Amino acid sequence: MTGLSRRRFVGIAAGGAALGVAGAGAVALLGRDEAVAGDSVTAAVPFEGPHQAGITTPAQDRVHFAAFDVVTTDVRVVVALLQAWTVAARRLTAGLPVGATGAVDGHADAPPDDTGEALDLPAAALTLTIGFGPSLFDRRLGLGAHRPPALADLPHFPGDDLDPAISDGDLCIQACANDAQVALHAVRQLTRIGAGVVVPRWSQLGFARTSGVGDSGATARNLQGFKDGTRNLDTSDPAVTRAQLWAQPEDGADWMVGGSYLVSRRIRMTIETWDRTSLREQEAVIGRHKGNGAPLGLAAEHDEPDFASRDGNGAPVMPADAHVRLAHPDHNDGAHLLRRGYSFADGIDRLGRMDAGLFFLAYQRDPRRQFVPIQQRLSRLDALNEYIRHESSGLWACPPGVRSGGHWGDTLLT
Amino acid sequence: MSRVRVVPVVVAAALGLAACGTATPSSAGAAAVAVSSTSDACTLSATTAPAGATVFSITNNADDTTEFYVYAADGERVIGEVENIGPATTRELTVVLDPGTYTTACKPGMTGDGIRADFVVTGTASASRSDSAALAAAASTYKTWVAGEAQALLAGTTAFVAAVKAGDIPKAKALYAPARTHWERIEPVAESFGDLDPKLDARENDVEAGTPWTGWHRIEKALWVERSLAGMRAVADQMLVDTKELVGRIGDVELTADQVTNGAKELLDEVATGKVTGEEERYSHTDLWDFQANVDGARKAYDVVRDVVRAKDSALAATLDSTFAALQKSLDSYRRGTGFVLYTALTPAQVKALAAQVEALSEPLSELTSTVVS
Repeated sequence: MTGLSRRRFVGIAAGGAALGVAGAGAVALLGRDEAVAGDSVTAAVPFEGPHQAGITTPAQDRVHFAAFDVVTTDVRVVVALLQAWTVAARRLTAGLPVGATGAVDGHADAPPDDTGEALDLPAAALTLTIGFGPSLFDRRLGLGAHRPPALADLPHFPGDDLDPAISDGDLCIQACANDAQVALHAVRQLTRIGAGVVVPRWSQLGFARTSGVGDSGATARNLQGFKDGTRNLDTSDPAVTRAQLWAQPEDGADWMVGGSYLVSRRIRMTIETWDRTSLREQEAVIGRHKGNGAPLGLAAEHDEPDFASRDGNGAPVMPADAHVRLAHPDHNDGAHLLRRGYSFADGIDRLGRMDAGLFFLAYQRDPRRQFVPIQQRLSRLDALNEYIRHESSGLWACPPGVRSGGHWGDTLLT
Repeated sequence: MSRVRVVPVVVAAALGLAACGTATPSSAGAAAVAVSSTSDACTLSATTAPAGATVFSITNNADDTTEFYVYAADGERVIGEVENIGPATTRELTVVLDPGTYTTACKPGMTGDGIRADFVVTGTASASRSDSAALAAAASTYKTWVAGEAQALLAGTTAFVAAVKAGDIPKAKALYAPARTHWERIEPVAESFGDLDPKLDARENDVEAGTPWTGWHRIEKALWVERSLAGMRAVADQMLVDTKELVGRIGDVELTADQVTNGAKELLDEVATGKVTGEEERYSHTDLWDFQANVDGARKAYDVVRDVVRAKDSALAATLDSTFAALQKSLDSYRRGTGFVLYTALTPAQVKALAAQVEALSEPLSELTSTVVS
């Protein structure tokens, strides 16, 4: 079914003219016709594989991230939920409504299985990625012995201003899609299915440069106006992903082999003070030229940063506290993260300022060797700290991909 | 906590201060010279200019990064420079030049002596000299004021430390906010010492795991939350040692006019991120004392350059005069006795109104540097 668009499926299932008309309206709204419905923006991403989709999948335009707390102490109920979620996720990622009768084909006197807001939308490259938080391994479910060593609680980093209400959680779902409504629809169905077993704890929506707008190969800019993600992990190199991304048999948790650890941080930017900062200062803080993204002193975005050169006054061309310098793998024992972050803008705060920034999402093989030491350096030294604030934090063990006939987390729970 | 980038002084403040970025020079009299830098040529739209401010707009038309310099007649002493001009990028350099002959240079590839040519400045020096002298005097006046505040900080800290060590909680609480006023007035300078600032002014969440929490806010928590000074004698002793060290170092700081005016902007940033949010003094809630002190420091920085601003951009001066006055009027409405109401006494609407006034002042204040040095 993965090749079938949601709209086509509805048309076939209904077999009627009325829905066909609705479908035509949707075509006009989207500005896409059948000829492009199968392109990478709208097509389905395979759900099954050795690794979960949504990690090395090219970043979609939108994220809808949701954290949940488990409210049962019966691990069998949790397994049943993971199975039910997997059934739903297979359908959702294929662009299909959930449930036996979908949104409109059930009994008219019963609430529909599917809430319906994605009926006329394509799969939009939806990926659903699940993660298990450290608290899932506490005493409630008796899973303590299975807690991976790499899922060690993150330490307090200097300057952290974390709100527990939007941090942590027992489970998370990362829903990424090229359409915000498709991502929301997926989280909404999973939340509904989870009622009584899990309760929503917090969620975060994010956006990035829209696919196909402008130069699609260009690095997206964050809300500080700088290119962000220039030097991301090269996921095309198996040696790199083995060393930096996927949990390995020697890492101490067999059920996580092929999985990855996710760190989520809601990083608020103090937009207003940043905007009043001179261009020279902004570039010195980041360590890149704002225009073309080149490292300071260099000509092109992808030039390898030059940390040695000094200017006429003897000061480093790349300042000692520049973000790019401190975050570079060369200064972190080679540790590198697969960053998959999104910008967010959640209206204004109580003081009338933009509540906006970066929802940082980073996948890695072992946070103890990757995120934690990198962030310890950054939180102490990074010039950027003046203009950002970490407001939420989450650590998640994302199990390996689902095989045919399997379900999410079946290497841990069956 | 804040961080101040201590910029190496390019040349003496009296001669030339480099400004760059997208800001349009606000002084009506500045000469404009367009520069095209290619791999083998450095073409200027004019090779002479009248004395005073000159704005060079350097466009890099080569594939490699370039630099642009203005040297004194000896070809050695740098009057002003712009580095790291990327391909297809235009950057500006503002310099104040006295009559005489100078050397300009483009350095495609950022190496070697560059492609040099003479640049002649004509006329009389009076216009440029008076600006330069005024800015040098402004920086000197501000430095004197900072030194006075540093001495007051030391006196206030000494009295506060004595009260803490005597176990006199009411007295220590009474001395806390007034003493901190002198820190907050000169915060960008005080915080420029990256080793002392965390020891003196860190908030609890700023501290790294495994590092002891010391300084003002540690004792603030003891006084207002723990209501006990147990264990605070050593913290108080260290505070005094660190403050003495700080005051000594402040005496050695050299300030230029642009650092003074950038400091004004940073002080308002401090208000925006720490004081109007109620985060700085989260236990004592004396945030309005700090708020007023930050504004005092910014106001002082503006006052010392105000004549220069009025001459160059009277509209900006008028805006700053009125927005400073409006913010001060609001702050004054929260005065009680010798201090202020507590932050917790403010309604959400009152806090939001103050934040809006901080924004209204911060935006024009961020134009101060480019105005006074161009």
